[in-house]
Amino acid sequence: MADSTLKFKKLPDRDPPENTIGWIAWIRDNLFSSATNTLTTLIFVYLFYLYIPPFIEWAIINANISGTDRSVCDANKSGACWTFIKVRLEQLLFGLYFASNPEQTWRPIVAFSVFGMLIFPLVIDKTPHKKWLLLALLTLYPVLFICVVYGGVFGIPVSDTGQWGGLLLTFALSFVGIIVALPLGILLALGRRSEMPIVKMMSVTYIEFWRGTPLITILFMASVMLPLFFPSGVDFDKVVRAMIGITLFQSAYTAEAVRGGLQAIDKGQNEASMALGMGYWRRTILIILPQALKISIPSIVNTFIALFKDTSLVSIIGLLDLLKMAQNSSRSLDWNGYDIEGYLFAGFVFWIFCFGMSSYSQKLERKLDTDRRAE
Amino acid sequence: MTSSAASKTPTKTEPSPIITINKLNKWYGKFHVLKDIDLNVNKTEKIVICGPSGSGKSTLIRCINRLEVHQEGSIIVDGTELTDDVKQINEIRSDVGMVFQHFNLFPHLTVLENCTLAPIWVRKKSKVEADELGMELLTKVRIPDQAHKYPGQLSGGQQQRVAIARALCMQPRVMLFDEPTSALDPEMIKEVLETMIELAESGMTMLVVTHEMGFANKVADRVIFMDEGQIVEQNDPENFFNNPKSERTKLFLSQILNH
Amino acid sequence: MKSTTIPLHRNPKLRSFVLQASLLLLVTYALFSVYQTTVSNLEDRGIKTSIGFFDEVAPFKVGYSPFLEFKLGETTYIEVFFIGVLNTLLVAVLGILAATFLGFFIGVMRTSQNWLASKCALFYVETFRNMPLLLQIMFWNFAIFLAFLPPPKQSIEMGLLFLNSRGLHTPIPVIENHLLSTIWFGIIFASFIGAFVFAKWSKKRFESTGKSLPVFLISISSIIAVSYISFVILGSPLGIDIPVLGKFNFKGGGQLPLPLFSLWFALTIYTSAFIAENVRAGISSISKGQVEAARSIGLTRAQMVRMIILPQALRVVIPPTISQYLNLTKNSSLAIAVGFEEVVAVWANISLNQTGQALIIIAMTIVFYECCSLFTSFILNIYNKRVQITER
Repeated sequence: MADSTLKFKKLPDRDPPENTIGWIAWIRDNLFSSATNTLTTLIFVYLFYLYIPPFIEWAIINANISGTDRSVCDANKSGACWTFIKVRLEQLLFGLYFASNPEQTWRPIVAFSVFGMLIFPLVIDKTPHKKWLLLALLTLYPVLFICVVYGGVFGIPVSDTGQWGGLLLTFALSFVGIIVALPLGILLALGRRSEMPIVKMMSVTYIEFWRGTPLITILFMASVMLPLFFPSGVDFDKVVRAMIGITLFQSAYTAEAVRGGLQAIDKGQNEASMALGMGYWRRTILIILPQALKISIPSIVNTFIALFKDTSLVSIIGLLDLLKMAQNSSRSLDWNGYDIEGYLFAGFVFWIFCFGMSSYSQKLERKLDTDRRAE
Repeated sequence: MTSSAASKTPTKTEPSPIITINKLNKWYGKFHVLKDIDLNVNKTEKIVICGPSGSGKSTLIRCINRLEVHQEGSIIVDGTELTDDVKQINEIRSDVGMVFQHFNLFPHLTVLENCTLAPIWVRKKSKVEADELGMELLTKVRIPDQAHKYPGQLSGGQQQRVAIARALCMQPRVMLFDEPTSALDPEMIKEVLETMIELAESGMTMLVVTHEMGFANKVADRVIFMDEGQIVEQNDPENFFNNPKSERTKLFLSQILNH
Repeated sequence: MKSTTIPLHRNPKLRSFVLQASLLLLVTYALFSVYQTTVSNLEDRGIKTSIGFFDEVAPFKVGYSPFLEFKLGETTYIEVFFIGVLNTLLVAVLGILAATFLGFFIGVMRTSQNWLASKCALFYVETFRNMPLLLQIMFWNFAIFLAFLPPPKQSIEMGLLFLNSRGLHTPIPVIENHLLSTIWFGIIFASFIGAFVFAKWSKKRFESTGKSLPVFLISISSIIAVSYISFVILGSPLGIDIPVLGKFNFKGGGQLPLPLFSLWFALTIYTSAFIAENVRAGISSISKGQVEAARSIGLTRAQMVRMIILPQALRVVIPPTISQYLNLTKNSSLAIAVGFEEVVAVWANISLNQTGQALIIIAMTIVFYECCSLFTSFILNIYNKRVQITER
C-alpha cells in the first residue's frame, strides 16, 4: 500500500502569455475588443480632439486672471475672464454686506471654517466619537452661526438676514432646511407608520401634499401668502419666509427617507423590545430610530443634495443667493458679457458640494450593504 | 504527468471521445488557475470531478462551453474546436447543457417558458412542439404540475430540477453540472441527485463537479481529483475511494468522508 | 372569576381615540383660523376672495399659446390659466420624450464594454445631475443660446428645421381638405388594425408551425406604402407648412420660441442624467448568472438582450423613471426664469400680481400639480400590480 502512494508534484505557476496581461491587453479588451468597440473608440477620440483642446485653450491657456477690471479681458477675448471671478469672489461667496465691509469679512470665513472643521472628521471613517461631533454640528454649530454671522452679541454688529447673500445665503438656507426638517421628518415618518388611522392619514396627506407641489410654487406661497396667514403686525423678512417654505417642503422629503429606514428594520427588533416591556416611545427612541436613522443616512444625504441645488430657486423670489449673485455680477456694467464665466463658477461651486455629498452617500451605501451582508 | 498512474480510462464500449481537452491553461489576471489539463471524455461516460474549493474544477467545466475563455491549449467538443467564432460557440453551447449551482432560472418566465425558450428560438421548433417537449421533460424530472408557476414560487430542489429540464430541452449531447446540490438544503439534495441518477441511467454523457461522494460511487465511470489547477488523480470509483494513489487525494478523502 | 376593570387613562383604545380626536380638532382649528385670517387680511387690502375674476379680461399679453388662441382684450383670466396648463403639459411631453431617448442612450453607454464610452457617460451623469437645474436653464438660455445663436437671417439649418436666436422653427402639417384628410386618417388607422391582425395571425402560425416572419418589417413597410399611395390618390389632403424667412423672423410652421427651446433643452439634459442612472442600475441589477444561463442554452447576444436582460431590467428601470417624469413636469415651473409662459409664470405670478387673489390662484396651481402627482402614482400602482401578477 505504502509504496503505491504518489507524491503530488505541483507544477510551477507560470506567467500568462505576454499578450493577455498588462496595459496592452487592457487596451485591447476595453477599447478594441470588437469591430463596434474599435469604431466607438475612434469616434470618441475624434470628439475629444474636436472639443477638448479648444476648451482647455479658452479656460486655461488663453485665460485672463490678472488686473482688477474688465480692460484686461476686453483686450484678449480668446480666453476666459477669470479676472471677473477674482474681483467679485468675496461678493459671490459672502454677499454684498460682508464683501463691502472688509472689517466684517472674517465672520462668514469663521462660520465656513468651523463648519469645515466639523464636517471633515465626520466623513473620515476612523474618527472616534462621531456621534458627539454630529450632535455638535446639529446643535452647537447653529448657535455659533447665529452669533457670528447674525451678530448682536459680544459686540458683533447685527447683520440682518436681508444682508446675507452669495454662497453664505445658499448655505444658510439649506442648513436651516435640513436641521429643522430632520426632527419634523422623523415625526412624520413615525406618523405615517402609526397604527392610529387619523395620525397616519394626516401624515400621508402632509407628505404627499408637499411632495406633489413644485418648490417654486411653495416659495411664491411663502413670499406672497405667508404674511396673509398671520394677523396683521406679524411679519418676517424675505429670507425667513423662504426658510419656512423650504423647511416645510424638505420635511416631507426627509420623512420619506426616514420611512425607508424604518421599513428596513426587522420586525423582530420591535417584538423583542416589546417583550422587554418597553412602551412605544422607549422602543422607538432607544431601539428602532437609532438603527433606522443609520440606514437612512444615504437617502437623507440625497434629499439634502436635492435641497442644496433647489435653494437656487430663491433667486426667483428676489434673494441674492450664489446663482443670483453670479447672474447679477455678470449683468453689471463692469462685467457684462462675461456671463459664461459667472455661471460656470457658480455651477462649479454647486458641483463640488453636490458631487462630494453624493460620493459620500454612495460610499456609505456600499458600506451599509456590506455590513448587512456580513451579518 | 502526475496522473500517469491512473491515465488508462475504463473502456466499456468503443472509446469515441466527445470532448478532447489538450494542454489547457487558463489565468485570471496573473493567477494561474488551470495548468496543463489533458482530458478526454467518451460518449455516455459519466465523470465526477472533485477537489477543494479554488482547485479550478468549476473553471474547467465552464471553459467547456466557453463561459470562461482559456488562453492556451485546445478544447474540441464533438469535432469542433472552441475559438472566438461566435457562431461555432453558439452551436457548441446548444449541444452542451449546463446546470448551475444557483439554478439561474429566468425569474420573469414561467417554468414551462424557461424550458421552451431555447427550443423555440435556437432550435426553431414550433411552440406546440416545444411545449410538448417541455412537458415531457418536466414529467421526467417529476414536476409537470408546476409548469405554469414562476421559479420564485418553487423550492430550491424543484428549481434545480427545472434547470435540469431546461438544459435537457435542448437535447444536448453532453451535460455539465457545476456543484448542482451545494446551494440546496439537505432534504432537497436527494431529489436532485435522484433525477441526475435517472439521467445517467438513460445514457447521457455527464461531467459533474460535486462533493456528493455517494453519487460518485454509484454513477461515475471515472472520478477525477483536482487541486491547484491540476488533475492530481483519476480512476474508477472503486479504486479511487478504496485505493487512492496520491497522499493529496487521501487527505482530501479523509476530510470529506469523516465528518 | 373577578372581572378586572382597567382604569380609563390606561385603556389603550381610549387613549388612542382621545389623542387622535384632539389632534384632528387642533389641526382643523388651525387650518380654519389661518383661512379666516387670510381672507380678512385680503379684505383689508381691498380684495374680496371670490372666483368672480375668472371671467374678467386679462390685461396682459401671453405671447405663446399654440393650442388656444390668445387675443389681448378678449381672453379672460380663466383662459389664461388653461393656456398656462397646456403650455406646461406641452413642455412636459416634449421633455419626457427627449429625456427618455437621451437617458436610455447614455445609460446603455454607461454599461458599454468600451471604457471611453462608459467613462464619458459617467462624466455626463455626474456633471449634469450635480448642478442646479435653474442654473443650467439660465446658462443655456442667457450665456449660450442668446449670446451665440445667429439672427434669423443666418439661421442654422437642419433639414427643414431652423434654429436661431428667436428659437426653433419646424414644419407642421396643415389640413387642406377636411373630408379627404379624415378619410386618409381613417385609412391609416385601418392599416394599423390590419398590421395588428397580421401580427396576431403570424404569432399563431409561429406557435403552431415554428415558421416566423419578419412581422415588424412587413407591417411598417406596408403601413408606409398604404399611407403614401392613398395620400397620392386622395390628392394630397394635407399640406406641410414650412417656416419661411420673413423680414424679421420666420413666419409659419411650428415654433418653439427660445425660452421654450432653452427650457426643453435644459430639462432634457438634466432629467436624462437621472434616467441614465436608473437605466444603469437596472442593467447592472441583472445577475451574472442570468447572462451565463442564457449563453449556456445557446441564445445569441441579441436574443439574450431581448428576452432575458431587457424584460428584467425594465422592471427596475420603469418605476423610478416614471417618478422622474413627474419631477420633470414639476421642474418645468422654472420656466419663469427665462420667461416661458407656463402655468406658474402666467397664473401664479402675473395673474396673481394683477388680481391679488392669492388664495384661489395658489390653490388652483397646487391642485393642478397635485393632479399630475396623483396621476403619476396611479400609473405607478397599475404598473406595480401588473408586474406582481406576472411575477407570482
